[in-house]
Amino acid sequence: MPKHSRRLLRGTGLVCALALGAAACGGSGSGSGSGDKKVSASDVQAALKKGGTITVWAWDSTVKDVAAQFEKKYPKVHVDVVNAGTGNDQYKALSNAISAKKGVPDVAQVEYYAIGQYALTKGLTDLGAYGAGKLKADYTTGPWNSVSDGDSVWGLPMDSGPMALFYNKKVFDKYKITVPTTWDDYLKAARKLHKANPKMYITGDVGDAGLTTSLLWQAGSHPYTVDGTTVGINFDDAGAKKYTDVWQKLIDEKLLASITPWTDDWYKGLGDGTIATLPTGAWMPNNFVTGVKQASGDWRVADLPQWTKGANASAENGGSSLAVPALGQHKNKALAYAFAKYSAAGAGVQTRLGEGAFPATVKDLDSPKFLNTKFAYFGGQQANKIFAKSAKNVKPGWSYLPYQVYANSIFNDTVGKAYVSGIKLSAGLKSWQDASVKYGKDQGFTVK
Amino acid sequence: MTTLQPPAAAGPRTAGPPPPARRARRSWKGWGFMGPFAIVFALVFLAPLAYSVYLSLFRTQLIGGTHFVGLDNYQQALQDGRFWEGVTRVGLFLLVQVPIMLGLALLVALAIDSGRLYGKDFFRITVFLPYAVPAVVATLMWGFMYGTRYGLVGDINSAFGVKLPELLSPDLVLASIGNIVTWEFVGYNMLIFYAALRVVPHALYEAAEIDGAGQLRVITAIKLPAIRGALVIATIFSIIGSFQLFNEPAILQKLAPNAITTDFTPNYYTYSLSFSGQQQNYSATVAIVMGVITMVVAYVVQLRGMRKGA
Repeated sequence: MPKHSRRLLRGTGLVCALALGAAACGGSGSGSGSGDKKVSASDVQAALKKGGTITVWAWDSTVKDVAAQFEKKYPKVHVDVVNAGTGNDQYKALSNAISAKKGVPDVAQVEYYAIGQYALTKGLTDLGAYGAGKLKADYTTGPWNSVSDGDSVWGLPMDSGPMALFYNKKVFDKYKITVPTTWDDYLKAARKLHKANPKMYITGDVGDAGLTTSLLWQAGSHPYTVDGTTVGINFDDAGAKKYTDVWQKLIDEKLLASITPWTDDWYKGLGDGTIATLPTGAWMPNNFVTGVKQASGDWRVADLPQWTKGANASAENGGSSLAVPALGQHKNKALAYAFAKYSAAGAGVQTRLGEGAFPATVKDLDSPKFLNTKFAYFGGQQANKIFAKSAKNVKPGWSYLPYQVYANSIFNDTVGKAYVSGIKLSAGLKSWQDASVKYGKDQGFTVK
Repeated sequence: MTTLQPPAAAGPRTAGPPPPARRARRSWKGWGFMGPFAIVFALVFLAPLAYSVYLSLFRTQLIGGTHFVGLDNYQQALQDGRFWEGVTRVGLFLLVQVPIMLGLALLVALAIDSGRLYGKDFFRITVFLPYAVPAVVATLMWGFMYGTRYGLVGDINSAFGVKLPELLSPDLVLASIGNIVTWEFVGYNMLIFYAALRVVPHALYEAAEIDGAGQLRVITAIKLPAIRGALVIATIFSIIGSFQLFNEPAILQKLAPNAITTDFTPNYYTYSLSFSGQQQNYSATVAIVMGVITMVVAYVVQLRGMRKGA
């Protein structure tokens, strides 16, 4: 049946083109390359009523439930949720689909650091034309700035990742380690723990671009400056030095477990105390609940350690938006937008929060219900209070490269060397910088 | 057009010079037979190559779009340190791993062929079995064994209190990959050699025995010369396989992200270029350059092998 109706639709399009009466065929944004002409709320409503199928690419496990809810509310709509890989794996698939102009999802989960690249290459629909600009006041500043550029809106923030320190309290108590408040204390805690039990490490890190950039962000480093197609890359500043000083010692003294994140070993390590802390984004709790069941009750959340004693700086780590690719395979952008809006700004948000997602919406961040939520996994701790505080303390002024997806993919070629050979972390960052500059030039950017 | 004459005109297959080209009257009958093959051949073999060459003449940028650049990409590839590093790495792999693998395969084939082995069928199947395991599975399995934390190496370390070298460290990872590839392909090459050995007439062995030749003499004077063709073929396959090394590093990369870079082998480099870097044009160029290198090396080996065999 859907095949049938699509053919019918295409037929209609042809008739419209022949009739040259574009005005008579306003339609509900079903055209593919028709630019970003205004689409009104009633057009979106019409699309919902009419129904149809959309394909959504998301690795966030809560999206499936939102989709089921959405289908229930709009019975004629079918939402096909596909997990096309996490992060970089999905971007590979997405970029390929876009360059092949085939099999592109109608809605895709895109992290904040990757939005710029897809917006720049015109891979995404400007949701400003759909009235997304009006949602600005609903979101916290950081995530909104990551998805918007003037009047253009390239995605709707679905969560955010203000950072906090997750730590295994059972391990800390056993070895009488106090929760570090500065990164220097963190280093001391790492030494103490590893000395007390050589099988245990303060954290697992084999070189992760997301973690490094977030920690640089918190340290006040500004490696990337972006102004349109002019970019600057420089890892040689005071903030970066703070980071390399501490992390170099962690590497040199072999205080980091060489366990790749998101592998089975990693989950095991989080469960059995091998990995004692995890500095990461506020979207993490659900991963603990589903992936590290055996350690339920062991873990707690604390403020992210500081680079300067007594400061309260924070940074974002990860965080995603739902974007509407320009060449969505079902050519039903109005419907795609309706789903993105429902999941990221509508009723879907509550569903996702219920499953442990961390919101980017102001209303939810400030709601007492959200703040007072007790996490059974964290021994009844009201962890959201810590995350919300962190969200307010995120340092302003950070930006990613417009081709951060590529830059991150070569992180282990360059900075990763510092983890396995005699190369210094600062030298690794320098070669990452050089490789990123080279790619930028190759791609036609003006690189300072 | 002489090569596309109807089969009847091709005459018996001889190694001699081709018959003098005769201007036959244009007959399209032959195409009726040739056509289906020619079309499939063009679509399946020629079109992808032509498309790659076509791609390699352009450059697509995030800023500025696609434009024709002539041979710029080739110039870039020839000066690309990351590419040549990969070529050197697979070259080293070729020089070390292939002789070991083929030597082992030959040894096993000769042992089975000697007829002195008890339970040779079981032996033959067992050695061949790894070839039936998909490379991806084999690599995952070995990768797990190599693991120093939860893998076999880790278990041995903690059980015996020893500290085995880290097989996935940057210094050893190439050797570790070589071990996997050897394990996978010894059986395959053994089968090629064994099949070639089976067709050697037994009368030769009897004659040698009458002449008083020992086993070693039989091997060097009869068996090895007899299977020279198979040796050359296996060597060429191995050269191509080495240059195309991809599966093993691509899978181990997840376990050793810092040891295996995105330009570890030329094939993995082209993969990274086109799938992470969106540089399909340059990727096509690198692939073509690598293809030419492989062809040249394989051809030289074939020429040498055949000349000796004459």
